[in-house]
Amino acid sequence: MSKTMIKYPIHTQEILNVNGDEAVAYAVKQSLVDVVSAYPITPQTIIVEKFSEFVADGLVHTQFVPVESEHSAMSACVGAAAAGARAFTATSSQGLALMVEIVYIASGMRLPIVMAVVNRALSAPINIHNDHSDAYLMRDSGWIQLFVENVQESYDTTIQAFKIAEDERVLLPVAVNLDGFFLSHTLENIRILPDEAVADFLGGYRKVARVKVDYYDEEVPHMLNPARPLTFGALDLYDYYFEHKVQQVEAMKNVPAVVREVNEKWQELTGRKYGDGVIETYGMEDAEIAVVAMGSSAGTIRSVIKKYRERGEKIGLVRIRLYRPFPYEDVGKILSNVKVVAVMDKAIGPGSYGALYQDIVSSLYDLSDRPLTVDYVYGLGGRDLTQDMVANMIEQVKEDVRKGRVENKIRYLGVRW
Amino acid sequence: MVVKTLPEFPIKKGEPAYKLWIFEPGWKGEIPLNFNLRQVAEQKRSALLPGHRLCAGCAAPIVVKLASFAFRGPTIVVNATGCLEVASTIFPFTSWAVPWLHNAFENAASTASGVEAAINAMKKTGRLPYEHVDVVVFGGDGGTFDIGFQALSGMAERGHDVLYILYDNEAYMNTGIQRSGGTPKYASTTTSPAGEVIPGKPENKKPIADIMVAHRIPYVATATPAHWMDFMKKVRRGIEVVGPAFIHSLSSCDRGWRHENAISIEVLRRAVDTCYFPLWEWTPENGYMLTDRSLVIARNPSLKQPIEKFVEVQGRFRHLMKPENREKLRELQEYVDKVWEDLLRRASNAPR
Repeated sequence: MSKTMIKYPIHTQEILNVNGDEAVAYAVKQSLVDVVSAYPITPQTIIVEKFSEFVADGLVHTQFVPVESEHSAMSACVGAAAAGARAFTATSSQGLALMVEIVYIASGMRLPIVMAVVNRALSAPINIHNDHSDAYLMRDSGWIQLFVENVQESYDTTIQAFKIAEDERVLLPVAVNLDGFFLSHTLENIRILPDEAVADFLGGYRKVARVKVDYYDEEVPHMLNPARPLTFGALDLYDYYFEHKVQQVEAMKNVPAVVREVNEKWQELTGRKYGDGVIETYGMEDAEIAVVAMGSSAGTIRSVIKKYRERGEKIGLVRIRLYRPFPYEDVGKILSNVKVVAVMDKAIGPGSYGALYQDIVSSLYDLSDRPLTVDYVYGLGGRDLTQDMVANMIEQVKEDVRKGRVENKIRYLGVRW
Repeated sequence: MVVKTLPEFPIKKGEPAYKLWIFEPGWKGEIPLNFNLRQVAEQKRSALLPGHRLCAGCAAPIVVKLASFAFRGPTIVVNATGCLEVASTIFPFTSWAVPWLHNAFENAASTASGVEAAINAMKKTGRLPYEHVDVVVFGGDGGTFDIGFQALSGMAERGHDVLYILYDNEAYMNTGIQRSGGTPKYASTTTSPAGEVIPGKPENKKPIADIMVAHRIPYVATATPAHWMDFMKKVRRGIEVVGPAFIHSLSSCDRGWRHENAISIEVLRRAVDTCYFPLWEWTPENGYMLTDRSLVIARNPSLKQPIEKFVEVQGRFRHLMKPENREKLRELQEYVDKVWEDLLRRASNAPR
């Protein structure tokens, strides 16, 4: 794509010095959100704090509902989205665990809610720092899950999330995952779009999808509309529940295409894109060793791989941006020629492998020539991932390739035994 | 008294049922303070249509029907999980002629908060085709006294313009008559059975309406569908006030209370006649005000019936009628008397 085609080239975009949470709050401010309902929890708090400033200063039309728990935050979002509003909430860790009951209801009712999940470890022991255990908690809830790498991407993805969620082919809620403290509390200069550009990108206020209901002779808006009353959240017995769950799965199948589309449209608008929107790769064209990771760690890993690349070693990085629905086939294709895959899981699954590792292995199973796989659990409770650790890991998997087999499928980076 | 009539909703034969409740965009319904209830009841149709699967003798649909007669215009109903929800919306059928939302058991109040916020936001941006949309919640005692109390309290504290109607059948009837915070003392339920040692639920009922009064919201009332005029007036007042309103309606359950299903309304009448469930309303201006039958009893205490009158027709209190449990019954009477005396002291219109 030539630079002239970009609608807002980088030099026309204003610079904002913000942390990840503020970037999300700013994106929400620009996204013409009708209802924001949230409860404070570290490290998400800044999103809500910053947003309440926008509300207090009258910069948004949004109704801010400062509820008494995360459970109610998601409940209010369900109510608001069902009433036809664009709704947003944000949470972390225990807050997500508390709201998880309603998280399932939001996706089951096909309500395009957007939620920023500022990833944080789950108790016990209580810990406020980053890992992905909270995101894995909701991985089968029917939500679209996107993982971002830096503050700029937090801003971009939050706006994109509304577009993805409200697409008629999708109509599913979206969780934007950003790493607690690493992104939420770290200042970065980001480029922002003018308000009208964001409004234009999203097509103004939320347009409610129309649905065909047997009772009416016309397509009616999928919302609580006194002119065309609908019943939301009816009781489904064994005769319909299964079909409705399958409809959710069918909607999920449309998601990767929509995410790619939105990613391209974003590039036309801003000049920025993140891989193909679903997966971002670095040096995977001829790689023999692949590292798979999600979130902010990708930056650290990329810089290490860059050094290896300069020495001529064939190592690549696969960053999963769309974690649910998981792009099994694409991952399989990308990893079909490597000798070993090191999967980096920022959460522990007692009695099991890491969640990302299981997905990667599922992607590889149908390959005729399967690479070796290793599950690296790292960064729990906010433990740093240093470049040395990554280099150490790469040396270990190189050794595995030499041996031709993997002992110790689960390995820990940076843990004291 | 000035009586303003509500706009008519003429119903033609053969028209689909939803048209009964259509409020077309641009409709600006009058919101009269004084209105002729009889006329409203004649003109309006219930928001709950026939064909629901609630038990014969259940008072919940009567609560909903009476309440919906008092709706003033476009209304969104939010329902907590419970008998009313599961029996009225078995997919692919629905009994609701108004937009209706069910989220989960404990969050009807916070869901309604979100609905109300959405209405305000859309109004602000000129996207709401109505002047106002009312939000009404129906919740059972489990979802209100117990698991949903936090959400209810939060909604009241934040001041959402929502009317919360509690239909209190005094136990978790949907799951098979387990005790709740609304179950009265000595009632036998499946999780507080009357046994050899423990005669039913050992604890008293949670004074939910008084707790809502303590939230200092604009309107709190108790009601029963047996006193239907009083009930509808209270619902209308609850809708008309700006801010949260709470109506605690006793709602008999013939399965759980174990009485003849033909006497549901009679049981509720006895609850008021014995002062087990006094009728009152509370506003910040007037404080507690006795209404309807309870006001009559306050003026003429000889009309007050002994608690036996309420207890004797219900199987859940059968063990209290045994001679060895006379003491328990006396204790129950003392408690009811104490609460009633307490209310008389507080009620601004009670005779001194």
